[in-house]
Amino acid sequence: MKLTINGEDHQTDISDLSQLLTSLEYEGDWLATAVNGELVHREERPGFVLSDRDRVEILSPMQGG
Amino acid sequence: MLELYGTSVSSRLLLGTARYPSPAILADAVRASKTDIVTVSLRRETAGSRTGGAFFELIRTLGVRVLPNTAGCHTVSEAVLTAKMAREVFATDWIKLEVIGNHDTLQPDVFALVEAARILSSEGFKVFPYTTDDLVVAERLLEAGCQVLMPWCAPIGSAMGPVNLPALRSMRASFPDVPLIVDAGIGRPSHAATVMELGFDAVLLNTAVAGAADPAAMAAAFTGAIEAGRTAFHAGMLEPRDMAAPSTPVIGKAVFS
Repeated sequence: MKLTINGEDHQTDISDLSQLLTSLEYEGDWLATAVNGELVHREERPGFVLSDRDRVEILSPMQGG
Repeated sequence: MLELYGTSVSSRLLLGTARYPSPAILADAVRASKTDIVTVSLRRETAGSRTGGAFFELIRTLGVRVLPNTAGCHTVSEAVLTAKMAREVFATDWIKLEVIGNHDTLQPDVFALVEAARILSSEGFKVFPYTTDDLVVAERLLEAGCQVLMPWCAPIGSAMGPVNLPALRSMRASFPDVPLIVDAGIGRPSHAATVMELGFDAVLLNTAVAGAADPAAMAAAFTGAIEAGRTAFHAGMLEPRDMAAPSTPVIGKAVFS
């Protein structure tokens, strides 16, 4: 299926959000995820099923004013 | 002590973490400022990069409270989602709410700001709204659930210092019991001292420190200026007058001719 991850097109067969993050080498306890504009909590990621054309945002801390 | 949503902090300087020459210099500036609160943000993470993690670890080692922002958000929905994601990452319900309305001035979209503040307050967030010095907007933000207000004194990063002192004075007078933090537009320590002399409770700075030739020294300079301004506010300052008033008493002055 086709996903948009952080604004970029991505083809994958993995539909589980947690497994997708692992396969893309996103790791650590500092990430926040949203799918189609809705927050997906850390504990909800295992078993969260992604669908074709979902928009996934993966954010992490950065410097801010 | 300054109380923000029930939390007491001793420093009246809130420091931004962006635009420092290096992480080490950022850490030096935070320590030199003696701040209790730093602002942070969220951005898209690059796969496998761990860049966010490195910054997160640095902040953890500094032992300060974080105030995540919603910088770069232009709509209510963007700001609300960013706030929720920040709560997830930073494990705090504090949020510096920014909803930008103008690309050139980075002026807040105050209509969207009030709406986002209402939504986030109802969901348990403790909202620190980046706003203008408009009294009606301030009133609406308080009605929306905000217990702290953060008016600009000039556009973000402009270093102009307070451009509308009467507006800041009337804001202070209108909301005597609300913590008011001047956020944005401060360029030099004298600007910070000026708004503290007006009775503002704290100052939030970033570029003025990060962009200095020696950020740690400038952070310390700001801390001194903020403390001086606060002490002067409590000490009671003279009002300016048009004519001179002799400081040395004239009674008992010798007459030689």
